[in-house]
Order: sequence, then C-alpha cells, then structure tokens
Amino acid sequence: MRKYETVIGLEVHVELATKTKIFCSCPTEFGKDANTHVCPVCLGFPGALPVLNKRAVEFAIKAALALNCEIPRFSKFDRKNYFYPDLPKAYQTSQYDLPVAVNGYLEIEVEGVKKKIGITRVHLEEDAGKLIHAGFADYSLADYNRAGVPLIEIVSEPDLRSPAEAKAYLEKLKSIIQYTGVSDVKMEEGSLRCDANISIRPLGSTKFGTRTEIKNMNSFKAVERGLAYEVARHTEIVESGGQVVQETRRWDESKGKTFAMRSKEEADDYRYFPDPDLVPVIVEPAWVEEIRRTLPEMPDSRQARYISEWGLPAYDAAVITASKAMADFFEAAMADYHDAKAMANWLMGEIAKHLNAEGLEITETKLTPAHLVELLKLQDNGTISGKIAKTVFEEMFSSGKMPGEIVKEKGLVQITDEGALAAIVDEVIANNPKSVEDYKNGKEKAIGFLVGQVMKLSKGKANPALVNKLLREKL
Amino acid sequence: MKIGKNDVAHVANLAKLKLSEAETEQYTEELNRVLTYIENLDHLDTEDVLPTVHVLPLQNVFREDETHLCLPREEALANAPETEDGMFRVPRVID
Repeated sequence: MRKYETVIGLEVHVELATKTKIFCSCPTEFGKDANTHVCPVCLGFPGALPVLNKRAVEFAIKAALALNCEIPRFSKFDRKNYFYPDLPKAYQTSQYDLPVAVNGYLEIEVEGVKKKIGITRVHLEEDAGKLIHAGFADYSLADYNRAGVPLIEIVSEPDLRSPAEAKAYLEKLKSIIQYTGVSDVKMEEGSLRCDANISIRPLGSTKFGTRTEIKNMNSFKAVERGLAYEVARHTEIVESGGQVVQETRRWDESKGKTFAMRSKEEADDYRYFPDPDLVPVIVEPAWVEEIRRTLPEMPDSRQARYISEWGLPAYDAAVITASKAMADFFEAAMADYHDAKAMANWLMGEIAKHLNAEGLEITETKLTPAHLVELLKLQDNGTISGKIAKTVFEEMFSSGKMPGEIVKEKGLVQITDEGALAAIVDEVIANNPKSVEDYKNGKEKAIGFLVGQVMKLSKGKANPALVNKLLREKL
Repeated sequence: MKIGKNDVAHVANLAKLKLSEAETEQYTEELNRVLTYIENLDHLDTEDVLPTVHVLPLQNVFREDETHLCLPREEALANAPETEDGMFRVPRVID
C-alpha cells in the first residue's frame, strides 16, 4: 500500500518573443556572435538606466490571462541580489511582492481524471547571460547576449501529486503559451525551462514535508524522470528514519540521478528591494480587456468543439489541439473535407511521425491543408489505394508537389479494370499452388497471402477489394 | 542590540566583504546606532500611509519594442580586465 503522498510545485521560465530586451533596445535573437547584442544597460555599466519594454508587459499579461490569472492594477520591479557572473550587475531585475499577475489555474487530465492546478503568480524578469566553463581551465567565459531577454516566471501552487501530473501540467502550459504566441516555448532551445520543488508526506497529512528543488531538467521526459528519482530518494530517506535536507539538486540526465548543488538557506538570502531605476506599472482594466481581446481560442475550448462539432474522439481532439499550428491546419483542411476522423488519423499518424523525426512544426514543412485534402479525396474516389497514398504522401512531404500531379507523373493510378487485374491474379494463382490448395482446404488466411502477392506484382496499384473478389471467383 | 555580530558577518558574507574581527565589532555597534535612530519612525502614526514604492511621481514609463544599435564588441569588452574569443573572462565559477 502507498504510505506517502508526493507534493510538487513547478517554477517555469518562459522567454518572451519580443524583438528587443526587457530594459534596453538590444535584439533578442538567438545564436549571434558572443557579446554583439549588448549595450551599457544590459552590461550594467554605471549610470545606464533601464526603460521597460511595453510589449514585454503586454505579452506577460496575455500569457497570464490565458492562464486564468487576475491582473492587479499595481505592480513593480525589484532587485534580486546575488553574485554570479551570469549577470553583470550583481542583481537580477525581477518582481518580488507585487507581480504582474496572480491567482490563475490550468486544467490537466491524467488517466482520465481532470484536475485544476493553481497558478500562484506570473512575474516579469530579465534572463541571465551564458557562462562557458572551458574544460579544466581556472576561468569561465561570459557572453551577455541573453542577459536582459524578457522572461516570465510562472509559479504553480503545490497542487501536483505525481511526476505524471507534473509532466501533464508542463505539456498543457506549453500548449497554452504557444497558443498566445508570446513565446515559441521550445524546451530544447531553452525558451521554456522548468525547476521543481518536491516533497513527500504521510498519506492523509496536511503538513508539507521538507522539500528539495530540482534544476537542470531539460525535457518533459527529464522532468518526469527527475521527479520520480526524487520521490524514491525522499521515500528511502524517510523510511530509514532519516531527514530530507532542504537543498537545491541538479538532475544529471546521463547518470539518471540528482546531485546536491548548494544549501538553500544561504543562496536564498537575495535581499530584494524595489528597483529605484524603474517606476511602477499601472495596468488599468481597459488595458487588460484590450489585451484579452487579442487572445485566440484556447486548446480546451477547441478540443470541446472538435468533439461536439466533428465527432472526434476525445483523445484525437486532445492530440490535435495540443499544437496550435496543428489545430489551425486541421481546421483549414476540414473547411474542404468531410471525414474528421480520417483527417485526424493522417495528422496523428504519418504526419506526426515525420514532424517528430525532423523536429518540425507543421507550418515549417511544404505541406498545406490543400495537399492533404487532395490526397484524401484521391483515396476516397478510388484513384489511389491506401498503400499508394502513403507513397504519394512521402513524395509530397519532401517535394511539396500536389498529390494529383505525383499520381499522374509516377503512374500510380489504382488499377480497377477487372481485365487488367485478372491477368495478374491468374499469374499469382499459377505461381502459388500451395496457398491455393490451403485456401481450398478451408484455410481462410491463405487468401490474404494471395492478395498480398497480387498487390506486390501490381506495385501496390491494384484495388485490394477487387483483387479479393477476383481471387474468390477464380478459386 | 538590534543586530548581533553574527548578522553583520552574514551580511558581509553575502556582500562578499572580508571584515576583520575588529571591523565586525565596529560595524555592529555603528549599525545598531543607525537602527536605533531609524526606530524614531516607529513613533509616527502611519495608519493611512501607503508604503512608498518609488520616490518619483512617475508611472508607466515604457519603450516601444524597437531595436537600436548595440555597442560594438570591442567597446563592450574595452574595460574588461581579461577577454577571450569575444567573451569576458572571469574567475571560474561552478554552480
């Protein structure tokens, strides 16, 4: 029997897709030569003054509204003081007691159970620079291109009860933020980062156990694995009569373990105080409403609509709406097609497989809704078989040619002429006496093999139903 | 005493200041005098006074999201004691 309950809260950092940094007009582009997107403000030169990027505030509010947050009228910026050379000022400009948004939630579903996860707050802050620790040298190298890129930190309530719930929360959060368009939320590129606080307590207890903070989990899978490791570690300590130490731990993906980084008490003494260089931000309700009007339909609502309007299974609707690009593609294609389930099968099958393999969004490919609709229609009207449809798909995915054109070029039109097929059927019957006999002796399965042989000889172009019919007639 | 030597040593440590025993004593005493003086404010009735967030009567000072020229790299690095490959070279720090 389970004796302990796991308690998890997540802190998620999301890089906002503004053109410029949060307090200066340097570009936020990724992957440029080191220290070429810097200026006196983001380098922390004496006397340089920060000025807040209005779009960063709007993006933060937009994301917060999508997460059902309240937007307080008054918020301000504070200095979080610490010495670490990833920030040249020796403090990070952040928001402490008066963040831009509070009291939100999102809904997750794990094993068919829906659950609301509270969001304590969303605050704005600046990103830090990048440090490179070269080999065994006794120095590090600092690149401040990323210093000052706007971030929002989204802090959840300790409402998550398992690593699987934590993963579901992250996936949902990513999907919602992606819909708002304020970030490209790519974990592998660091525009979405996740730290976790985790503790265990005896089942039924309402008091929190001692927590540890886990960093460096760089994929959804890593979050789930890292947390599962920590649950097991905490349980073992408590079971053997020990005490969990409150500390920050680093997940090591290759070793599959967490390691202590530093004790939390010391590092957490950030001596926050209001930043005298930045004035308060007042967000009147009219501004909030203006931003709210720019929100697109969110994934939950779309999912419900796909189920009720198009009769899609809940699972299919959830998979397709998880990505806005995919959902937009689906809706555009359905404007000219009738069978939602057939469309969904392509999107979740062949197409998802290719996108995952190449790490692309559907909008980054040559595929358009018109391609897919034409392909499905060619299949529906019997011009091509299901097997050939896959061949055509491969070609259109890589070349961007329309399926009709590919079918014509490669002569892939399905053979539905009985005369033409009869010759191939006769040949197969003549060459496979054993299977023919098996079938005649009542082995129903043998006909499948014979159909397969005909398909092979016709290079996939034969109409399988017709082949089946012809074989049965002739045997 | 408002604060003890331990508090002073802790704050000095956070600020990366190395204080001698004598200096710690001296600052503990001086800071306590400052804090006692500040305590005078406790006698004021601040019931209806909002906390001061900023001393200037300004709010919502924004920039538009438009890029401007950055510093040329040579200038950005000009004052750095040590550089390498266009980066600032700093004492090794591992988190």
